[in-house]
Parts: sequence; structure tokens; C-alpha cells
Amino acid sequence: MAKYLLLKHYRGAPASVNDVPMDQWTPEELSAHVQYMQDFADRLEGTGEFVDSHALSPEGTFVRYDGEGRPPVTDGPFAETKDLIAGWMVIDVETYERALELAGELSAAPGAGGKPIHEWLEVRPFLAAHPTITE
Amino acid sequence: MDEALLRTLTPAVIAILVRRGADFAAAEDAVQDALVQAVRVWPDDPPRDPQGWLVTVAWRKFLDTARADASRRHREERVEGEPMPGPAEVVDDTLQLYFLCAHPSLTPASAVALTLRAVGGLTTRQIAQAYLVPEATMAQRISRAKRTVSGVRFNEPGDVATVLRVLYLVFNEGYSGDVDLAGEAIRLTRQLAAKTDHEEVAGLLALMLLHHARRPARTGPGGRLVPLAEQDRSLWNTRMIAEGVDVLQSALARDRLGEFQAQAAIAALHADARTAEETDWVQIVEWYDELVCLTDSPVARLNRAVAVGEADGPRAGLAALEELDPALPRYAAVAAYLHERDGDPVTAARLYAEAARAAPSLPERDHLTRQAARLNARLRS
Repeated sequence: MAKYLLLKHYRGAPASVNDVPMDQWTPEELSAHVQYMQDFADRLEGTGEFVDSHALSPEGTFVRYDGEGRPPVTDGPFAETKDLIAGWMVIDVETYERALELAGELSAAPGAGGKPIHEWLEVRPFLAAHPTITE
Repeated sequence: MDEALLRTLTPAVIAILVRRGADFAAAEDAVQDALVQAVRVWPDDPPRDPQGWLVTVAWRKFLDTARADASRRHREERVEGEPMPGPAEVVDDTLQLYFLCAHPSLTPASAVALTLRAVGGLTTRQIAQAYLVPEATMAQRISRAKRTVSGVRFNEPGDVATVLRVLYLVFNEGYSGDVDLAGEAIRLTRQLAAKTDHEEVAGLLALMLLHHARRPARTGPGGRLVPLAEQDRSLWNTRMIAEGVDVLQSALARDRLGEFQAQAAIAALHADARTAEETDWVQIVEWYDELVCLTDSPVARLNRAVAVGEADGPRAGLAALEELDPALPRYAAVAAYLHERDGDPVTAARLYAEAARAAPSLPERDHLTRQAARLNARLRS
């Protein structure tokens, strides 16, 4: 088994096919979307492939160290930042092909008009914590 | 409270329940419940016959569940009497349990999870922690695996090779959480070796012991990877090495070579060298030739190229490498190593950096990046 991160972007991914912003959806369309995501996670738990899932606020702040005894410097949020993560799901699956298949299904979550969003999701393999013994 | 004893008894107790007529899935659940109760009760009231105690308690739990299920199905019907006790409990069916849990109809991950629970006696929570997934996910993986094998006859003849693959997967998972999976794999392989007379079971046990014996030397501060040539050999567990060599020798004496025996032989030759320079690379190459014959595995060919590089010089290693597919995992790392030995640090540094980008694990990536950084620093000065 290998773990993959399915990344959803607010910004930075190519445009979705059904690209109507969420605040333009009807409340029913929003509910259907949320339900789809929940059902998807439940189903993956049932297949023994679910690890974790979380949504992130679009508001973020950049922080960095500013030297001994000084408070960290903060900056942002930057409206022009290219990449903005909206949330993630972590799955533990038998093959890379299975990870792609699941990302495809997740990308079919319904949006405006109840039609699939066809949103671009990013699939990233986890680095394993332990090396394989090769000696 | 001897948790190790409890875990050792687990497969035999499940097998006894199955022989008495319980289906495997229900028997496995009942025994898990009994284990939980044993952990609670035994410290104050240790049983004289631990296995007998577990069989009695698990059988009672199985009957309770069966009755509850039956009354759900037919509310007005009463279950008549208790199922007949099975034949005398002298047959050890532990081996059958290994076969069932590694059944070819299971995916590798399901077989691993089921083996750890039903043969290893680990709880779902421990297995989930070891594989870094939520407990609910692991519970589902296990119950799906049980459904998958529900149609398999318990006494169906099995193939030891499938069991060995599962145990080797567990071993390679290493250790995280509070369960040492490598240690657990050794325990289960040792137990299997005691139940069956098979040279490859011994071969795998020897391989695991020989690899495990070097574990303390394999990582440095902060989990950093220490390559074989740089390991502090005084940290190797010599008793474990001696046992591994013993097990291997008696397996090889049967003259039925298999891939695990060949791999163990290579590990034994490494373990036998007091310094890296004393390593008998010529013999190691010969064993890799055997391994390639047995498995035709590209990974074995890649490792063989490294050994050839040590035995006959880096040029020979690079020539052996040239016959392989550059898309192989760790190809770039091996090429980098051989190019450095061949006196070409520029190519080596570039290849180490390339290998780091493709590394499948964090310690390997850090190690390869460090190699590239070391060469680049030398090239700058």
C-alpha cells in the first residue's frame, strides 16, 4: 500500500470544466456537493483506503524567523499568490492507478447545475518513512 | 501479564474454534474478545492452562454471538442446544491459518492485515498505528479480508510461497508506533518454521535474522541512513547473526535453493566480514547470479551490478548496469555510486541529485542529497 495526497486548490490549478464559483451555486447544489464529499470519504473508509481529509481556510499568513529575541515577521495574505490549497484527502491504496481512479471520482463532485465540476486535483505520493533495505 | 504468550496462542485457539464448527470470521472475532478479557482478568487471576482458558472463553463468546444472531434472524425460534464439540484438540491447525490469511484471493495489504490480527494476535488498533491509518479504516480492511476468504475451506491446501511473501512484506515495513513489525515478522516466521519443514521458510527466517541483526548500525543520529560500508560493525547483533547463519546452513544443506536462501546467503557474506574491505564480493556476485536465475528480478540485477562493481571494479559494474532499464527504481543511485568510484564526481553528483528527487522514502532522499552535496562541495574547493 502507498499513501497519496489528493490536493484541491482554490487557485493555481487549471480551470475546472464547470467553473461557476461556489457562492453562485444554489443552497441545494452546495448541500449535494458536501454530501458527495462525505459519501466519498465514507466509502473509502469502507474499502479500507481512507486516511485523512481536511479543508483549509482561504486566509493564510506567511511567517518567518526574524532573528534571536525578535518576534517572527508575518506578511500576507497575498492576493496574487499563485498557489492556494483548499484542502486535501490522504488515501492509502494498492496502486498508483487506484489513486488516479479515486482522484477522478473526487473530481466528479457535483457543482453548479448539479453537474460534475471536473476540477483538477493534484495527486502527490507520500515519501515513505522507512527505507527499504537494499544492502 | 504475558502478552507475548497470549499472542502466541492466538492462531491455535482460532483454529480450534474453526475445527469445532465456527466459521473463521466469527471465530476470529470471538478470540479477539477473549484476548481483551484475558488482558483484564489474568493479572489478578492467572489461569493454570492459558490456552484452555482462551478456548473456553472464546467459545462461549462465539456461542453468545451466534445465539444473538440467530434470534435476530428468527425471533421466535430458539437455538437448540450447543453445537457439538469437535474432535479431540490435538491437531495443530496453526499452519492452515497462515494459509488462509495469505490466501491468493486477498490483496497484499489485506493479507498482511489479516495475518497480523489472526496469526499475530495484534489488535486492530495496533495494526492501524503501525500502518499509520485510522483504526476504522484498518477495521474495514480486516473485515473485507475476512469476507473475501469466507468461502475458502479451512483445510484447503495452501502454498507456503504466498505466506512467505506476506511475512516478508511485514518485515520490510520496519517499525513505527509501539509495534515492531520487523520483530513481529521474525516471530511469525520462526513460528511457521517450527510448524513446517520447508527450506524457503528457513531461508526467509535466516534472511530476516541477518538483516535485523544489523539494524542498530543502519541508522545514525536523527534516523540518518548509514550505508553498509560505513556501519559500525560492533553494533551488529552477533548472536542473531550466528542464529541466522545456522538456520541458513541447515536450509542450504537440503540442496533445494530458493530466492530467500540466496538472499540470506548474500546477507550472511556481508555479516561475515569484520570490515567492509574483507567482504567476499566474488562470492556475493555468484549468489546474485543464482538469484537472477531463480527470480529474473530487475532489482536483483541492479544489486548484482553493485556487487560486480566491487568485485571487478567500477567499469565492470557500469557495464553490468548498462544492460538494465534506467527507469528501474534506484538505478540512478547505483549509477552515481559507480561513477564516483570510477573517478567521475561530476557525473556522480548529478546522478545523486537525480536519485534524490526520485527516492521513495525520506531517509533515502536525505542520504542521496547528502551524497550529492558532499561531492559538490569537493568539486567547488
